[in-house]
Amino acid sequence: MTGFTNLGPHAAFIVAAYAAALAVIISLIAWVLADHAAQRRLLADLEARGVSRRSDKEAA
Amino acid sequence: MALIDLANPTRFLSATARVLPWLAIATAIAFAVGLYLVWSAPDDYQQGATVKIMFIHVPNAWLAMAVWAVMSIASIGTLVWRHPLADVAAKAAVPLGAAFTFLALLTGSLWGRPMWGTYWVWDARLTSVLVLFLMYLGVLALSRTVDDPSRAGRAAAILTLVGAINLPIIKFSVDWWNTLHQPASVFRASGPAIDPSILTPLLVMALAFMLLFVTLHLAAMRNEILRRRVRTMWLMQAHAAS
Repeated sequence: MTGFTNLGPHAAFIVAAYAAALAVIISLIAWVLADHAAQRRLLADLEARGVSRRSDKEAA
Repeated sequence: MALIDLANPTRFLSATARVLPWLAIATAIAFAVGLYLVWSAPDDYQQGATVKIMFIHVPNAWLAMAVWAVMSIASIGTLVWRHPLADVAAKAAVPLGAAFTFLALLTGSLWGRPMWGTYWVWDARLTSVLVLFLMYLGVLALSRTVDDPSRAGRAAAILTLVGAINLPIIKFSVDWWNTLHQPASVFRASGPAIDPSILTPLLVMALAFMLLFVTLHLAAMRNEILRRRVRTMWLMQAHAAS
């Protein structure tokens, strides 16, 4: 067992691989959350202006 | 609730709102367990500690192909049944598949330099995965070029199904051609060729990445449904104003 403390002569490659994976995963999560917030904001803005979908009108 | 009920976008949104927090928790737990097992795993007798790169490279390489397979199934739903949720599923998967393929290529390259002595070789496996990455970018560009989502969805579906030809080429490239890349060592008729001390953390990390994909895919599908609602409301507003 070496853990992550003794990664041998190629430690830089291992650290770079895990850092890249972490960066990509964080970017994906941030993109999904930011996109959700943006779409919710746009929907709320349209609803505040009195715009509603046909199905909403039928349900009302 | 029957599975078919989820094909309704409104029901899909309410089901997603209930399921997503649990999926996110399951993903975090799977990554915590997976990383602990990676930390505890012994060095490989040939690769040394560099084997740790495999625990992220292999799951991402599997997902790169699996996501395209998901997109292909969704594309059949778009072209045959013209179901809007199928198109939403395909479109939401593209950036995720591109990211996983990018990670597979990058981590493979970072493993290749110390093990093969080079970051890149133009052999069949590496080249066919690079082609897969370029196809992801192509579908991404195509789906954003056409303004009408349903027309864009049909065009992207055709390109996706044509691109699916690349999946068996990637899978069997190591058998059909002489490549520097090693042949399959997990999914083999004679069973995995990897020692359990390495195989277990690999499979747990694969489960963690798969859960990550499912969580992000459902969240991205939810966003795409909301985006289409916004577009519909904008069009209605413009129509009412004219």
